[in-house]
Amino acid sequence: MNLSGALEIASCTDPGMVRSHNEDSIASDADKGLVVLADGMGGYNAGEVASGMATTVIITELQQLLEKTGPYGIDDRSGEEVAHQLLRDQIAKANTSIYQAAQSQPQYAGMGTTLVVALFYDNKMTVAHIGDSRLYRLRGDEFAQVTRDHSLLQEQIDSGVITPQQARQSQNKNLVTRALGIDPIVEAEIHDYGTQTGDIYLLCSDGLCDMVSDDEIGLALQTLSSNLKLCAQHLVQTANDNGGRDNVSVILVRVLRGYAAPRGMIRKMMTWFR
Amino acid sequence: MAKLILSMDGLVLKEINLTKERTTIGRKPHNDIQIDNLAVSGEHAVIVTILEDSFLEDLGSTNGTVVNGQPIKKHFLQNNDIIELGKYKLKYVAEASAGQGQVADFEKTMILRPGASKAAPAGSAQAIPAASPAPASSAKNFGDTAAIQGTAAQGPASKPLAATPQKAAALQLLSGPNAGKELDLTKPLTTLGKPGVQVAVITRRPQGFFITHVEGASFPVVNGKPLDAQAHSLNDHDVIDLAGVKMEFFFKT
Repeated sequence: MNLSGALEIASCTDPGMVRSHNEDSIASDADKGLVVLADGMGGYNAGEVASGMATTVIITELQQLLEKTGPYGIDDRSGEEVAHQLLRDQIAKANTSIYQAAQSQPQYAGMGTTLVVALFYDNKMTVAHIGDSRLYRLRGDEFAQVTRDHSLLQEQIDSGVITPQQARQSQNKNLVTRALGIDPIVEAEIHDYGTQTGDIYLLCSDGLCDMVSDDEIGLALQTLSSNLKLCAQHLVQTANDNGGRDNVSVILVRVLRGYAAPRGMIRKMMTWFR
Repeated sequence: MAKLILSMDGLVLKEINLTKERTTIGRKPHNDIQIDNLAVSGEHAVIVTILEDSFLEDLGSTNGTVVNGQPIKKHFLQNNDIIELGKYKLKYVAEASAGQGQVADFEKTMILRPGASKAAPAGSAQAIPAASPAPASSAKNFGDTAAIQGTAAQGPASKPLAATPQKAAALQLLSGPNAGKELDLTKPLTTLGKPGVQVAVITRRPQGFFITHVEGASFPVVNGKPLDAQAHSLNDHDVIDLAGVKMEFFFKT
């Protein structure tokens, strides 16, 4: 599979103004339509180790698998969509690696990481996430959050204990209810979304959305959409201007053109003659 | 840990630490905070504490519960809130570990684990009764007693600093069809120029105003000098030349 030219990707990661380490980790491959962001946690440098393992395992394994074939269709044996299966398997692999490292090395005990992965193929994307790292979408002038955090705060919002406005004042911001590498098995939340030419997707760690309001993030994406690299830097800078209490990472993905999967003989002939 | 300071007519009567997940307030003796006054109902209100957050709920009292002058049914308590019950006042003080020098640690992401009930703090099953119908497997995490792995991160309320420089600023166009017009730079981001030809953005930051090239082959010129790709700090009365239009940046007084 090769999507070269279909996606433009820009990213930026920064330790912020308070922390000395950057425990966030990001990776992307525009040709494979793959972006990964992880926000590690755990003492000393264990958070970096966990997030680094997550992004490395997922991106390298998927790069190899996608080299052979595109993530199209439905798997015959399990009846599950191939893209879902690919993501699920590689996330499980990353989880096992982190979990085993944490069990065997005392300095890594208790380390873990949040994760958000997006795989673009056939004019859509499959998003998998665990924890409170997010994916947002800008389509036209509508900016919206796509993923829902696995966090105490989100559950309180869902159950009506607290309103989204109050949530910004909460002291319990940093508690996630799911993370990679903490337990032997973890379930990622996986969904498909259709994409359109011109969409901009933002993947970010909580260091961005805790420091910068959604409105301000949306405004930055709209006004600086013609220069993604600058937009990514601006978002990180805004988080730092507002205090930069946590590591900040952003990945921006713009859909430049359609990238439908090749289907059937007629289609192949058409592309031949074009 | 948060606490309440009970007072009447400016006289402090007692301090109550919010250690329990439910702290009841009322006239009857079985309440955690008993206020023996006829204006207070038998079971007047309850404070539910979930880890670092506390919620005040009126239990259908006769005379109601007032927070900071507003009658409430349910209220998410913030530091220094004043709860009024008749003549009595309860001040809510969110005494997070301010001054413990844990700045580097606070707001660290942590996992809330199901079942690991070694040091159950406030968040046990009853604390979040409504959480049970929450979606998916994660809701189960709260059915059991929740414990936090690692040290509890506490910190003062994380209000972002105001990202506004002290001075207001504006641009005045010096040439072109709109010469003489003024443009206030009130937004965090203001774009200038023609999309597809040349665009620059002025960002408003705590340190001041900055101009950055966004798109186009040519870069903006400030005081006769073309910029590079870096952000450029703007000074009072700088003249910007962009897409053939000259404009002056100035601070408003």
